[in-house]
Amino acid sequence: MTPDLRAEGEGPPIEGGETKATEILPIVGPRCEFLAGVRAELPLLPGVIPFGMIYGVLALEAGIPSGLALAMSSIVFAGSSQFAATQLIGAGASAAVVVATAFILNLRHSLYSFSLAPHLAPLSAPWKWLLSYLLTDEAYAVTAARYRQGESEGPLRHAHWFFLGAGLTLWASWQLSTAAGVFLGAQVPRDWSLDFTLPLTFIGLGVPTLRDRPTLLAALVGGTLAVVLAGLPYRLGLMVAAVAGILAGLWADRQRADVGMRD
Amino acid sequence: MRLWLIVLGIGAVTYAVRVAPILLLGRQGLPPLVVRALRYVPPAVLSAIVFPELVMRGGSPVLSLENPRLLAGLLAGLIAWRTRNVFLTLIVGMGALWGLTAAQG
Repeated sequence: MTPDLRAEGEGPPIEGGETKATEILPIVGPRCEFLAGVRAELPLLPGVIPFGMIYGVLALEAGIPSGLALAMSSIVFAGSSQFAATQLIGAGASAAVVVATAFILNLRHSLYSFSLAPHLAPLSAPWKWLLSYLLTDEAYAVTAARYRQGESEGPLRHAHWFFLGAGLTLWASWQLSTAAGVFLGAQVPRDWSLDFTLPLTFIGLGVPTLRDRPTLLAALVGGTLAVVLAGLPYRLGLMVAAVAGILAGLWADRQRADVGMRD
Repeated sequence: MRLWLIVLGIGAVTYAVRVAPILLLGRQGLPPLVVRALRYVPPAVLSAIVFPELVMRGGSPVLSLENPRLLAGLLAGLIAWRTRNVFLTLIVGMGALWGLTAAQG
């Protein structure tokens, strides 16, 4: 468990503000990996902290007690589904719809989990349980970059410490920022339209996933159908639209594959 | 009590989604169809949430320039596409909404 101090001194120093995960240089020991994970996560925090504060404000507005609003940040620890749950609870949706919507929203985390599974396979079960809990969009982004780096530089025996450092940094920021939102909540005026930060954040996360025709079609079908079906009870339209969008993407993917084979 | 159960339910499904592949998959891969379908989850789900937020006003869709949320959302989409920066998207989108609302008010 002794960190390799020799490795720490190699390469240029890492500047916190401009660090890209791909620029982190070979780091061998657990402690160095952990600290590198913390540093890699820091540039992402300006996008996370206001988001957490706004969640805290909106949760109170939706009628969620402050204790539960705080508990949700550690029980769920997933910003987008916490936002959606807050909105649905405020709109009086049924429990089944709130949970099912959160499930569909978080299906993207299974993508991340599938992608990291081969790297984490050698770890013990408690490590897997802990790192799964910390698997968010932001922690995945920097950790996946670290593992990609490992593919070119040889095996990274302690890169799970990097994941832990990135994940815990995000976790702590999320808990503190949602607490700040909950305690400042009453002081934030209603006419600031802060609920609009939810669709804006999803635009920021979603637009970069539009990489080709099938992903664009999935988004157009999902979004349009959600508008058409907005009148359905219990927000069922959201789920129907999301499933239809996924099927549309698969269909376009198949079309493209068929065309490719004919060519 | 009902709200606590909802939160515990969300926590359970969220954790299940995150832990299942890591715990069960090991080193082998997934069926190719599942891998392909997972790729379309983020665009389909996120837009199904976002579109109604931009378009629906009081229960019916408003597709006109007088809808400040639609305009601000389109501008935010452009920023997200050009910069891939969530925070900048948030700032520009909120600024546009406040500006347009004030201009109409």
